[in-house]
Amino acid sequence: MRSAAVITGIGVMAPNGLGTRDFWDATRVGRSGIGRVTRFDPTPYPTRLAGEVPGFTAADHLPSRLLPQTDHMTRMALVAADWALQDAGVDPGELPAFDMGVVTASAAGGFEFGQNELRKLWSRGSQHVSAYQSFAWFYAVNSGQISIRHGLKGPSGVVVSDQAGGLDALGQARRQIRNGTPLVISGAVDSAICPWGWVAQLAGGRLSEGEDPGTAYVPFDARAAGHVPGEGGAILVLEDAAAARARGVRGYGELTGYAATFDPRPGSGRESGLRRAVELALADAGAVPREIDVVFADGAALPEHDRAEAEALNTVFGTGRVPVTVPKTMTGRLYSGAAPLDVATALLAAAEGLVPPTVHTEPDPRFGLDLVTEQARTAEIRTALVLARGAGGFNSAAVLRVPAK
Amino acid sequence: MPAQEFTLSDLKKILHESAGTGEGVDLDADILDTGFEELGYESLALLETGGRIERDWGITLDDTALTDAATPRALIETVNRHLASAAV
Repeated sequence: MRSAAVITGIGVMAPNGLGTRDFWDATRVGRSGIGRVTRFDPTPYPTRLAGEVPGFTAADHLPSRLLPQTDHMTRMALVAADWALQDAGVDPGELPAFDMGVVTASAAGGFEFGQNELRKLWSRGSQHVSAYQSFAWFYAVNSGQISIRHGLKGPSGVVVSDQAGGLDALGQARRQIRNGTPLVISGAVDSAICPWGWVAQLAGGRLSEGEDPGTAYVPFDARAAGHVPGEGGAILVLEDAAAARARGVRGYGELTGYAATFDPRPGSGRESGLRRAVELALADAGAVPREIDVVFADGAALPEHDRAEAEALNTVFGTGRVPVTVPKTMTGRLYSGAAPLDVATALLAAAEGLVPPTVHTEPDPRFGLDLVTEQARTAEIRTALVLARGAGGFNSAAVLRVPAK
Repeated sequence: MPAQEFTLSDLKKILHESAGTGEGVDLDADILDTGFEELGYESLALLETGGRIERDWGITLDDTALTDAATPRALIETVNRHLASAAV
């Protein structure tokens, strides 16, 4: 029998809450963290809103040794990993180093660090570029730094597949657990809220130019015109269920299903791979559609993407037959960080029996979705589906099952 | 004699600013002969430190200067040797 992967620890860095408690307190009542960019002056740019993580001072949480060598997103990832381990009740120093791994996802690497070093290179010369630029910008840097900080020597890596990467990392973590590693730290934290990161995101053509935080990011709404970018995410501790049980821990829930597919060539006229990702994830979980109590949708807020996602859900579940929500309307899209945060949200939602709302959206009835809007809806949640789609054709789906109370 | 001498306090300031200070490490203790490795600085931290010394003090350290200097005392001596020859 294959080992089950349970989530035993959660560490949250979100625009509407620093830490799991703040985040859930905000999310359950629909409090958004989207506002005008403060990390740089966005006036000259067409997109001026973002979901920024509030009140995070790295020096309060991390030793000075780590500060000169880390980007903002790595600092947030390191602290989220600390919190996730504390939440899981795990002290890595007490476990065999080769029994612990770390698999994160990254969409952009350390953009702000890279921007600062490139500026020094252009304006002052190569002698002024930090030696730490060699790795601080790199996609794998969060996995590396978490591994070094906690002495994790088991299988490790990074997945890069834009927003879908957040689920792909969890899928890879589960694979390593099945291959015999009892504990894997996973999830993702991204941030690229600096001018260089901003123009890179603008070039993707998916950003909302709305100025009103109340209407700028409205997936499944007739007004949908792109997304507000955000920063943050969640780091999770995944464990072999038997190993967790042996230390008296049941965990928040199990990652029972995961699948990833790729879209056909743009313009081919063929269906997106999303429906197949959902079906494969359900099959992997051994679940039938009516067992899914809630869907955490990707919510691209681009008409064509929203239509494809609604069609996939309606085809699998029947039109309007499953509650759907997009809590990322409160945070903006966090790229790799989004799906691990949705997974954390789904587990917290199940623990309380409450589906958090999709804020600001007035659902377009043509999509035929039962979208949970305005306020949270009470529901018994035993099984949840989380979707994540990445620019370039990535589709990923994960099924979570929560033990009966 | 160089116009200015590179001291332990200069080195400590640069070490802290360019690479931070490890947990449980006291740079104000008697560290002149404590190995950089024991102080928690790996090769990249020393590379960064060397770059800062070069920029701030207007000297060029050869590639082996940093790898050969295993302690603050050795590095300070190397830097002052460069400063002396630059002043000639």
